[in-house]
Amino acid sequence: MTDELAIEAIGLEKSYGATRVLAPVDLRVTRGSVFSLLGPNGAGKTTMVRILSTLTRPDAGQARVAGFDIVGDRHLVRRSISLTGQYATVDLLLTGEENLRMMGRLSGLPRRQARGRARDLLERFDLAAVARRRVSAYSGGMRRRLDLAASLVGSPSVIFLDEPTTGLDLRSRQTMWEVIANLAGSGVTVFLTTQYLEDADQLADRIAVLDGGRVVAEGTPGTLKAQVAGQRLDLTLASRTAFGDVARCLGERAAISEPGSLTIGVPTDGSAAHVRALLDEVDPDRRAVHRFAVHSATLDDVFLALTGHPAGRADNTGPAGRADKEISRV
Amino acid sequence: MSDMTVPGAVVRSTRPPVPIVSDALTLAARCVRMSSRNLDSLLTSLMLPVMLMVLFVYLFGGAIHTGGRYVTYVVPGVLLLCAGFGASVTAVSVNHDMTRGIIDRFRSMDIGGTAVLAGHVAASVIRNAASTIVVFGVALAIGFRPHAALPQWLAAGGVLLLFVVAVSWLSAAAGLLASSPEAASGFTFFVMFLPYPSSAFVPTSTMPSWLHGFADHQPVTPVVETLRGLLLGMPAGASAGRALAWSGGLLIVSIALSSVVFQRRAAMSAH
Repeated sequence: MTDELAIEAIGLEKSYGATRVLAPVDLRVTRGSVFSLLGPNGAGKTTMVRILSTLTRPDAGQARVAGFDIVGDRHLVRRSISLTGQYATVDLLLTGEENLRMMGRLSGLPRRQARGRARDLLERFDLAAVARRRVSAYSGGMRRRLDLAASLVGSPSVIFLDEPTTGLDLRSRQTMWEVIANLAGSGVTVFLTTQYLEDADQLADRIAVLDGGRVVAEGTPGTLKAQVAGQRLDLTLASRTAFGDVARCLGERAAISEPGSLTIGVPTDGSAAHVRALLDEVDPDRRAVHRFAVHSATLDDVFLALTGHPAGRADNTGPAGRADKEISRV
Repeated sequence: MSDMTVPGAVVRSTRPPVPIVSDALTLAARCVRMSSRNLDSLLTSLMLPVMLMVLFVYLFGGAIHTGGRYVTYVVPGVLLLCAGFGASVTAVSVNHDMTRGIIDRFRSMDIGGTAVLAGHVAASVIRNAASTIVVFGVALAIGFRPHAALPQWLAAGGVLLLFVVAVSWLSAAAGLLASSPEAASGFTFFVMFLPYPSSAFVPTSTMPSWLHGFADHQPVTPVVETLRGLLLGMPAGASAGRALAWSGGLLIVSIALSSVVFQRRAAMSAH
């Protein structure tokens, strides 16, 4: 039933000049759920968010957000949503409290209510102690939290978060996870984009994997991880000859292959039985494998499994682009 | 396609009847607060005109003959230089908002471009009022003696206000067009330079003929002449009409230009 959907997109398309950023994309997000759009740089995540939040018009297709058409009823959509972009958009020269009060006033709250709302949110986001300090003195994680708090001032029913954890250290990231999980608990719909499988895994009820402007997979974190095995066994081989033998044995199954360091990675579910079976298979004489390590699957593994090519091919600048050169497929 | 006519979630209903005005005022307060905390630019916008006035009066003034005391001649010009400079800073602050992503937040809150730009312009007027008072105080201290009655004072204030609003809005348009705050600050330089080839510091009749033509027909000259006339109790004459026409025309063109540019720029600010 459409009633249950906070976001429904049908056939959204967008091109910039000759570059097609979104092929026709369909999405359905259940009201009150956390939905994650997972993909590398350049996959079209930000464009998708900008279209759904009415900032950019699609070339074709239509979408409803919070029950309103994103083109025809865009003013109504805007009053039902909030958008938090990739970079914290709070004013550095103002205090945290001033930022939130301003957002309250801009959301149409009377002065008193704006002040009360600011106080509540500062409390809720653990920023009460620094409320009267200028944001320029805040840490990166604190700025993100304030930014998120600012997006909630107007009590939106659908919240768009574009890469909320990019650039944060592990601890700030974990705090963001808690914050976003709390948001979800309060009944709003959260639409978040991320480059990290872990984010989506931790937070999302459903994940869509976006690659080159297309949704290449969609499902719960469980079903997606089942598709990509979730873990990777990296084997460091004893010699060049051994490397060649194992590479031949694994063939297309190898997720990574680095001749320089004599390392080959292969997907596994991480269970002892499977790892043992793999080792026996590639190295029956127990001489070829020098060392091994089991890692959580990375976005690269997910992409390799789902698309047949490593993540980040569309991106020439980011770290994924560099990884592309180091990791060649067998 | 499934049935897509769903009455939506609870829509925020507390928007005031004329949100554009209250939004612009809230945003103006934001800009003023930020400029008052940006110590470098605050000092620059206050110190620069005062330094220039002192420079002109004491260093160059002795060599410039204007048929009276030079301080009397130059103060309206310095006021205008100060106003133009203060207003052109708007380009940088507008560009800052456009390039740092806060504009996406504002737009997703249904705050229109006009409210955002009007907020910047209103803040510019407030900043300029403060710096004009400082410059005027220093001018009085170094011997400027205006001869104006209340109506002339009010008229002079109005002419200066319209000029500041026009240049601020033009600067806002420049801020929308510029690719970075650094590029936007180039516009500030241009506006700073405009009073020099005008009658602000020297009579245009002393300039070479090719420059003379430009100086007589650029916006600063009629505005300066009008201010001078009003403050010194002389008839402003034809320059008043031309001053209002220049400022008013500039304002209308700037508003039209900025609203077109805003739509295009905001829609693709992520790319």
